[in-house]
Parts: sequence; C-alpha cells; structure tokens
Amino acid sequence: MANFFTDNPDLLFHLKHPLMKKIVALKERDFADKDKFDYAPMDFEDAMDSYEKVLEIVGEICGDIVAPNAEGVDAEGPKIVNNEVIYAKGTQENLDALVKAGLMGITLPRKYDGLNFPIVPYIMAADIVSRADAGFVNIWGLQDCAETINEFANEDQKARFLPRISNGETAAMDLTEPDAGSDLQAVQLKATFDEKKGKWFLNGVKRFITNGDGHVSLVLARSEAGTSDGRGLSMFIYDRNHKAVTIRRIENKMGIKGSPTCELVFKDAPAELVGDRKMGLIKYVMALMNGARLGIGAQSVGLCEAAYREAVNYANERKQFGKSIIDFPAVYEMIARMKAKLDAARTLLYETSRFVDVYKTYMHISEERALTKEERTEMKYYQKLADFFTPLLKGMSSEYSNQLAYDSLQIHGGSGFMKDYPIERIYRDARITTIYEGTTQLQVVAAIRGVTTGGYLERIREYEAMPLKPELHGYRRILIGMTEEYEKAVHTVVEKKDNEFIDFHARRLVEMAGNIIMGYLLVLDTEQEDRFRTSADIFIKMGRSENRGKAEYITNSTLDDLGFFKPVN
Amino acid sequence: MGLKIIVLAKQVPDTRNVGKDAMKADGTVNRAALPAIFNPEDLNALEQALRLKDIHKGSTVTLLTMGPGRAADIIREGLYRGADNGFLLTDRAFAGSDTLATSYALSCAIRKIKDYDLIIAGRQAIDGDTAQVGPQVAEKLGLPQITYAEDILSADKKKIVVKRRLERGVETVEAPFPCVITVNGSAASCRPRAAKLIMKYKHARTISERQNQSEDYIDLTADRPYLNIQEWSVNDIETDHQWLGLTGSPTKVKTIENVVFQAKESKVLSGTDAEIEELIKELIVNHTIG
Repeated sequence: MANFFTDNPDLLFHLKHPLMKKIVALKERDFADKDKFDYAPMDFEDAMDSYEKVLEIVGEICGDIVAPNAEGVDAEGPKIVNNEVIYAKGTQENLDALVKAGLMGITLPRKYDGLNFPIVPYIMAADIVSRADAGFVNIWGLQDCAETINEFANEDQKARFLPRISNGETAAMDLTEPDAGSDLQAVQLKATFDEKKGKWFLNGVKRFITNGDGHVSLVLARSEAGTSDGRGLSMFIYDRNHKAVTIRRIENKMGIKGSPTCELVFKDAPAELVGDRKMGLIKYVMALMNGARLGIGAQSVGLCEAAYREAVNYANERKQFGKSIIDFPAVYEMIARMKAKLDAARTLLYETSRFVDVYKTYMHISEERALTKEERTEMKYYQKLADFFTPLLKGMSSEYSNQLAYDSLQIHGGSGFMKDYPIERIYRDARITTIYEGTTQLQVVAAIRGVTTGGYLERIREYEAMPLKPELHGYRRILIGMTEEYEKAVHTVVEKKDNEFIDFHARRLVEMAGNIIMGYLLVLDTEQEDRFRTSADIFIKMGRSENRGKAEYITNSTLDDLGFFKPVN
Repeated sequence: MGLKIIVLAKQVPDTRNVGKDAMKADGTVNRAALPAIFNPEDLNALEQALRLKDIHKGSTVTLLTMGPGRAADIIREGLYRGADNGFLLTDRAFAGSDTLATSYALSCAIRKIKDYDLIIAGRQAIDGDTAQVGPQVAEKLGLPQITYAEDILSADKKKIVVKRRLERGVETVEAPFPCVITVNGSAASCRPRAAKLIMKYKHARTISERQNQSEDYIDLTADRPYLNIQEWSVNDIETDHQWLGLTGSPTKVKTIENVVFQAKESKVLSGTDAEIEELIKELIVNHTIG
C-alpha cells in the first residue's frame, strides 16, 4: 500500500509552481473543452486537482505494482518468441495496470483520446515511474513519440495513430544504426518511394532500439539516394501490423534489463512519411531528442530518489560500533550531499519542463490561430530557455544519478555489492543515463552555446533579481560571487578565440553555470518552503568549492594544454 | 445481453492500523479514529462485476453502500473504476447495525432498486470478519447464493457459472438469475482507478455533500445528472423500524481482545453427531464456550 506520489511532498511542491497558472490556461485554451468532454477541467483549480488525483493513481500503481515487480523484471527480462518481443511477466503487469488506468497518452489532445495534460505532470509521472523501476519507464515513456507525431504528422496520420497510443499501444523511435550512433547524419537505412504503389518502403538495419517491437515506430531513414549527410534523411512511421521487420536479437545489457533493446532488420517495410522530406534529422529528430532528453532527466531524478531512499533506509538500519551508521559524519555527510543533489536535479527538471510547456503549447496554438506579437516574443523567450536548459538538465541529472547510485551502494558496504539489495540494480540501471539520448559529452556540445552566447548568464541575472526573504540574501551574495567568477572563466576561455580550446573547457564551464542555476533554484524553492534550506545550503557550498576548482583550472590553462593532452599519432 | 449488477460495498476502518481508541464504550468500532478504506474483498467483488460488464455490452454496475455521509467516497471510488452509479444508504436509524440489521436494510434498498440480475459482494469486511451480510441478504430476498467465489467463469441469459475457492480445493457451481455471489480475496484484484473516470466523476456528490459548500465549489449536477450520488434515508425505503439499527441488532459487542493463538496443531472432524458432541464437551471443559 505504498504511494510514490503522496509519500514525497517535494513532487506536489513542484507541481504547484506559480507558472502553472499560465501553462494550464494555455494548454486548456482557456478551458474551451469543458463542455465538449466530461473529463475536461472547468478552471485552473479544477485542472490542478485533476493532475494531483491522476498522479495519485500513478503513485499507487508504482508503489504497489511497478516497484515490487522490479526485481523479477530485472532477473527475467524480455525474450523473442516467433519474431515478437515478449516482456517479462512483471513488465506486462506494469503496462496492463497503466493502460487500464488510462495513463498512456497523457499529453495528447482529448480529440485523440489523450488527457491533454501539460508536460510538467507528465514528467512528474515519469519521475515517479523511474523511482519504481527505471527500466520500465523506457517502455512507458516512449509515449513521447506520440508528441512528435502530434507535432509534425498530418491530420489523417494523427487521427489514425494517436488514439492507438492513448489507448495503450506502445511506441519506439528507431534512430541508431551500427555505424550511426552519436553521429546520426550517417544513417543509411534506405527509404524508397514506389511510384506504382504510391508508397514508401524501408530497407536496412537499426540497432539498440528501445522497445523495437513497439506498435508504432518512428524511423529515421535516407530518402534521398546519393546523399550522405543529415539533409538526405526523412522521418517515417512504421506500423507493426505490417509485419515487415525482423527482430534479429535483444541485447544483453548491464542494466535496465526489463526494457527490450532490439536489433531490427527492415525488409521492404511499408512506411508513411512524416511531415516534409529531408527534415527528418534537422527538425523532427531534434524535437524528438529534446523530448527524450527531458524524459532522461526525469528518469535520472527518479533514480536519484530511489538511490537516496535506499541509502537512508540502510544507514538507519545498519548498526556498527553500537550505533546506526547514519550517525557517523562520514556517512551523514554523504547522505546530505545526495539529498542536495537530488533536490537540485529535481528543481532543474521541473524548471526545464515548464519552459518546454510554455513554448510547445504556444507552438500548437500557432497552428490554430496567429499568435499576437507579445505571444510570439514569449514563445521565443521560453523556447530559448528550453533549448539551453534541456542539455544542461540531461547532462547534470544523469551524472548525479550515477553519483548517487555509487554513494548509496558505498553506504551499503559489502551488502551493496550483493544482489540482496535493490541498490545494485539501481546502480546498473543508472549507468546508461549518461550515455543514451546523447552522451554527457554531447550534452555539453549542445549546452556550450548557452555559455558562449550568454544565455545562461541572462537567466542567472533574472534569478538574481527575484525577491528573497532577508535571511536568504546571504546565499544570493555567494551566488553573485560565483557568477562573477564564472563570467571571468568564460572570458578567459573565449578570448583565446580557439574553438578547440572552448571545447576543451566546455564541460567545466557548463557545469559552473549549472551549479549557479541549481543554486538559485534551490534558494527560490526555500523562499517558498523552508524545508529546502538544508539542501540549498549544502548545494551552494558544494557548488562554490567545485566552481572555484574549475575556475582555478581554467585560469592556469593555456593553448599549450591542448598539445599536452592530445594523443600523439 | 446486458446484465444489471448490484455490488454491495462497505467503507471500513483500516484495521491494519488499529490503535488504542479503536473501540468505543458501547463496544462498536470508533470509525473516526481509523482511516476509512474500501473493504478489500468488496473491491474483488467490484472487479468481478466490471469484468462481466466488459464482456456483456450494455451491462450496468450499481454500487450500494450503507454508512455515514463520508461513505459516499466508496461510491466515488467505484465510479473511478468503472461502476455506472451508486446509492448511499445513510440515516441515524441505521447506526449501530449488526449483520442482521445491515442485511435487512440492504435488502430493503435492493427491493427498491428492483431491477437487477445479480448481486455481488465481498466475502466479508475486515472490521467484523463475519461473512454473514452477503448470505443474509440472499436469504431475505429469497435468492440462491454462491459464496467463496473466486472467478465468474461464464454467464448467459439463464445462469451463471462460478468457481468457488474452498478450504481444500475448488468447486464449480452454477446458479440461475437473479442470485447473490460473495467473492473471496483470492479472486483477481480490482483494476486501478482510471484517469478519465476520476476526472469525470470527481465532482460526484450526494445531496448532503452538495449542501455543504466547502466540500466542493463546483456543482455540475444540473447539467450532468450522473454526478448526483443518490442518497437514501430510512424514509426513502420501505422498512419496519424494529429491524433497524441498534434495536434490530441482537448482537451486542462487549469488548474486543487481542487473541494470540497458542495451539499449534489442528483437528479435522468429519461432522458426525458423535464427534460434534465430543467437541462441544471439550470446549465447555476448557472454557472456550459456555
């Protein structure tokens, strides 16, 4: 009888952020659906109450079904039977419960049987599911693909595919190939248009495809013969009912073992073009990836929550030298730092989700009517923030999930190394988060623009100007100091006017910005509720010393460093 | 073939969290001191009803519960899971009912509902563990009953086929409509609340709840009659008052004690008169009864 939503008041806190008023009003088009659908909200309070009630169902299913199933799912894993992926028993139970509860098309419009929820409550559901079983969220969370179909497919395609997903069918995004991982421009799977049949057909191989046997797949393929870069790629929908794909194998992975990672062979597989030709990678995959990266942010935060809770439980239970090990400074400091990182990652997650919410909703509204000048400005403002914050979130939260899993396992001592406690699974599950949907190194490549264009600094200045209680001014002063130090470090790197030098220090700079941003967010949370004060205090102290180290490194770095580090061929 | 199904459900104190003040001086349960939940086996019963509804299009599932005003939560919980409507039987006159008075009141309410094919209830409630109300309702309505049901295997126009879970095995039986079925906890657990149904029915209220504005500021019952949870008082159903509430309840609870079973072995009797007589003697001698 556990409920992973109600047992964690931090979630409700983030759900009730003041910006939700704007988000809900936009998403509900001023509550236009209220007389058309019996489950549409009447007003803001009604909508918020619905989110809360629905998240309570998510929390209950996760606490009572998904979490208890996690161990069995990890041991059993999926298998291929007659060219079909059969999930582990527990995975199927989890999925059945979430489908019955109607939690598959959370963000989709009501006309496609969706719940028309904003991104924030959807991401919160993903946060909760990930805490219960981080591997399972990969299957459930692929409803993200529906969001991409909703954004770019035509009306006929939306009407055919979206209700299927709302009603429980799963999805997949087929991007990676043996020779196209981080570099998706190298995708080779061929899409050819058969003039006689008036249809597209796909031929080729996809690898490392999560839930590769999903009912509805988005496939990136080369539609322009003779091209070799990203401009020759288009996006297609493949429907499993065509039975034209062979599942060659399911990978044997280190973690998230319940999630089937498939190698697929497309042989004359009929497919439908989504949107415009040649925009596959440039536009659609970018949107798909941004959604997915936000999802990995939620997965990472859920993992942080799980790792933190396991650590606290064990450290309280485990007695050595006549007392609980949590009473030793070496242990309680680790735990307090874990909590600070967890709270920091979570507040960044919901800040980013709100940015995405506002701009995406404006984008959908712009298809229905022309936006006013103010609305367009606002959309651009939030889109920019979303673009800067998404890679920052994905990069930092996924690294935190690994750090927390590592520390939590360490607190378990020898027991943590055994299969007897959930932490060893959490440790393995967390490992992928810094790798897929773009490695941390690639997130830095995306995020460094926020550093060099001054995007992060602009937002930091906005945080700086937000009102604070007098007792929190001290934190602001520290953060202002950290900001000055950051600006100086950025200047030192940029003034060398050498792109390789910027790349060399990019991660340091992005993390410096991240520490300041998360520091501010935690102080602003403390402004609302005092219980975040401990985490704000610890995180800012940690961030300050970390940033000082990075600044020191940068100050003492010259172009010659590149020569020292570079491999000698 | 649409079936009209009535599910009997009870709001019970969560006896998994019993504290010191769980009992009142008069020996009845102090409901205010314990969190109120949907009786677990009644959820199993609801699931069986909903499964019939899934299979037989046009079926309806109606919840019937008796209790204080807040027992309307049980109706809402049922609506969130797929029930179509519900009745709350609530009146001071029902207070203090034992199983006999409860089953009497419920059977009177069912007579008023009138049109039904099937009544499904949980085997027993966790606050009393008597397993009497379902069978008593059947007796009072003069209906056949199937107890300890684990799975409804099939239902057609004439009869229903049910698997019963007994102490040492299973038994498949059938009964004609209308009939009463009580469902075991070993049956399939109830489906989760559905997101859309929660949003559709969360403003469902009884008239008493609507009169108390603080309960919910949104009243949509004028346009959406399904949001009205029917509330019946003693005057809404035909009863003989002497069979209701405390006066209609021969059971008097003196105290409730925690009993720890110490005997480790068990005894199985075949049920001959001699054996029963022997057992009664033994129980009188060791003061278990008498």
